Amino acid sequence: MVAMSKIATGNGHGENSPYFDGWKAYETNPFHPTERPNGVIQMGLAENQLCFDFFQKWLMKHPEASLCSPEGVRKFKETALFQDYHGMPEFRKAVAKFMGKVRGDRVKFDPDRIVMSGGATGAHEMVTFCLADPGEAFLVPTPYYPGFDRDLRWRTRVELVPVDCESSNNFKITRTALEAAYEQAQAANLRVKGLLITNPSNPLGTILDRETLKSIVSFINEKNIHLIGDEIYSATVFMEPEFVSISEIIEEDIECNRDLIHIVYSLSKDMGLPGFRVGIVYSYNDAVVSCARKMSSFGLVSSQTQHLIASMLSDDDFVESFIVESKERLFKRHKYFTWSLSQVGIGSLQSNAGLFIWMDLRKLLKEKTFKAEMDLWQVIIKEVKLNVSPGSSFHCQEPGWFRVCFANMDDNTVEVALMRIRTFMLKNNEAMVPRSKLCRRSSLKLSLSRRKDDFITSPGIMSPHSPLPTSPLVRART
Amino acid sequence: MLSTKASCSSHGQDSSYFLGWQVYEKNPFDEVVNPTGIIQMGLAENQLSFDLVESWLRKNPDAMGLKKDGESVFRELALFQDYHGLPAFKNELVEYMAKIRGNKVKFEPKNLVLAAGATSANETLIFCLANPGDALLLPTPYYPAFDRDLKWRTGVEIVPVHCSSSNGFRVTRLALEEAYQRAQKLNLKVKGVLITNPSNPLGTTMTRDELNQLITFAIAKNIHVISDEVFSGTVFDFPGFISIIEAARDRNLESTDVWSRIHIVYSLSKDLGLPGFRVGMIYSKNETVISAATKMSSFGLVSSQTQYLLSNMLANKKFTSKYMKENQKRLKKRKEMLVSGLKKAGIECLKGNAGLFCWVDMRHLLSSNTFEAETELWKKILYEVGLNISPGASCHCTEPGWFRVCFANMSHETLQVAMQRIKDFAERSSCSGIGKSYQQNMSSFRRKLLTSNWVRKLSSSDRDEQER
Repeated sequence: MVAMSKIATGNGHGENSPYFDGWKAYETNPFHPTERPNGVIQMGLAENQLCFDFFQKWLMKHPEASLCSPEGVRKFKETALFQDYHGMPEFRKAVAKFMGKVRGDRVKFDPDRIVMSGGATGAHEMVTFCLADPGEAFLVPTPYYPGFDRDLRWRTRVELVPVDCESSNNFKITRTALEAAYEQAQAANLRVKGLLITNPSNPLGTILDRETLKSIVSFINEKNIHLIGDEIYSATVFMEPEFVSISEIIEEDIECNRDLIHIVYSLSKDMGLPGFRVGIVYSYNDAVVSCARKMSSFGLVSSQTQHLIASMLSDDDFVESFIVESKERLFKRHKYFTWSLSQVGIGSLQSNAGLFIWMDLRKLLKEKTFKAEMDLWQVIIKEVKLNVSPGSSFHCQEPGWFRVCFANMDDNTVEVALMRIRTFMLKNNEAMVPRSKLCRRSSLKLSLSRRKDDFITSPGIMSPHSPLPTSPLVRART
Repeated sequence: MLSTKASCSSHGQDSSYFLGWQVYEKNPFDEVVNPTGIIQMGLAENQLSFDLVESWLRKNPDAMGLKKDGESVFRELALFQDYHGLPAFKNELVEYMAKIRGNKVKFEPKNLVLAAGATSANETLIFCLANPGDALLLPTPYYPAFDRDLKWRTGVEIVPVHCSSSNGFRVTRLALEEAYQRAQKLNLKVKGVLITNPSNPLGTTMTRDELNQLITFAIAKNIHVISDEVFSGTVFDFPGFISIIEAARDRNLESTDVWSRIHIVYSLSKDLGLPGFRVGMIYSKNETVISAATKMSSFGLVSSQTQYLLSNMLANKKFTSKYMKENQKRLKKRKEMLVSGLKKAGIECLKGNAGLFCWVDMRHLLSSNTFEAETELWKKILYEVGLNISPGASCHCTEPGWFRVCFANMSHETLQVAMQRIKDFAERSSCSGIGKSYQQNMSSFRRKLLTSNWVRKLSSSDRDEQER
């Protein structure tokens, strides 16, 4: 039997990792409120399902956007034939405008620098093909989205060198860490071509502050390496502090070599449309725009979808109200979720963006090891029946952190998930808490029974991010 | 600072194939607004049957409006990013593919992987089958963009299999062997042979004999066969289409090794005229290929919005039957129009039964039998005659003087204008002495004609008949 390619027969796709156990558990027994109430709840998928009613209402009022009105059908032929890799001008214009609006119109994006790709997945691979040769490397701060291992490396044969970030300073990207990673690459004889940052961060749900961004820009200029800013969660920033894009920093920094700056964007997270495969590469480097445009032939956005998105995003009123409403809904969901977790002694990294929280379960580990983290994870999948993502799958350097998605389910499912967590934590606490302290449970019961509505009307109780001082979990450990 | 791929020209866009496009774009023909502009005859698009699709759309607004039985399915579609593809869509695709092949072969949805157009499907398949530095054999002439699709990011080499006009550009065992030897001499490991059937740019289908020779060769060399069948639905005349899978099955090769080394690439861009929707696919019986290609398809999935629309369209069997029949009829008629128009200008075409183009013989119009003369002629046709056609060199043809001329991407009236321009050009050429060899060919042709007439006169006793 003649061999296939090394790429096809190797494990570069990353799907043989043990992290897929969670997915498999979910797929064999997915939760359904009536049909499978004991099924596994999917909390490992960073989807934004909170605003579909918004889109549906808009679509009903604008049938021409989906080409199904009498006027629309006449446009069908033109759309069906359109395969120009420059993309529809109205599509590029609308996306550029949307990106500007998401950044509070503090920057303007040039439609001629917008290049299409097959989702952000396609965009990342394409940028890598443009910037690096096989064997060269990108620096990536940890923890990072596991898909990067495939998207940036698999077919490109480029290496990734992690930039270690720690919980002691809330996983900030420090200059020291960047330099250390750069040196590590050099020691391994790897030529570093660029640094990839995800801002807002997946899985942290935090944004990079201005100081960090400036430091990053200074670092890449000094080393003369590219900076790729993955900003696919930019419209999910639901709370202060305000999002600062790399595009804003370079406007302020005249010293920065703009040929090094590239942004990856997509509508999959901000708008919740992963099925439509709208990926964007925005580069300040003309040669990269030109090359990427030619490469985009391998993953153009369906013209039918370009037309729909162009129509939708050209509607200023819709866009403005969508951005506001989406943030509002994310804020509410996030706040309720983190507060509910804190009620049972579970903390998470303070965050203001994204579709997930970075949950801190270090205190539940039997020992400070990744094996203990995997053991705990198996318990969460099999007993608590929640598919969450263990920190090690994101290359986190410290065991005990888990990414938990909260925007991919309805309110009822959120309640079921929280109930399961509460039950689990109580069971755990009973095992750990001495009998004499069990009388406190009644007050705990009261707070556990607080409903979402109670919470929303009296928000000033406590920080949703730190465990309750009276949490039996905390007391048991001190 | 950038990658080698970004700085080199392997994307192939410096070739004449793309230059002609650029010139056209600066001065495009329009019947009303720009009647002296350049007519695009370098784009293999099928614009002949949109009315049929539009009529279906008018009767089925739900499919376009992301509704099912009047209820919105927007949410489900917006979230659907499963790289296995929409099951309903794949079910319909395999049925449609079988229908095109006269239901002589059956396809399984689980062996189908979707991709963002045939461009993506071809590249993905090469990523699965070959390592950087390996080689593929490709019969010439071939689709110019293969240089980009198969080589650019994969790092794989193409070794051409030389086909000649002496036998209608048929692929022979000899040519395959010769190419294989050439690859060996260059220290290139041949992983497979890629054929386009029906052929682009020839507009012909491969004979059973050709397919059998190819399969035998692949068995002997233990290599893959990739059959790009994107034009399979454009076969409008005899001898009809035989897919590689049919040929292999008819030789009872289903339980042999080679069966898992045969792969088909397909797309809806040519048959259904929907290049903008980016619907490509790979069909293979090889589990490793399917598994790897499925994961790779993440880099270029088909928009769920499009999958939904087309699964509904293809589910309507009455529509697909009517479309296939009518489309083929219109393609045949349009081709005949081009062929007869060219004939009136003294220009012959390779006899073809498929595709959206003719492979036109303009060797007699060359000032010399060289590719420089071909380029000179091409430029003349582009700038003076105002037609963007594709020179054979851009398709890696080994003989100068052949051109691919598309006929299905314009209205009937525009084609008439193009025919008139060609006729005028041919007349001018014979008068002004440009294309001297044309003159010489024509006079030697006339001499031959006279000779044979005289021979007939001598051999026949029926004087009346000869004088007609």
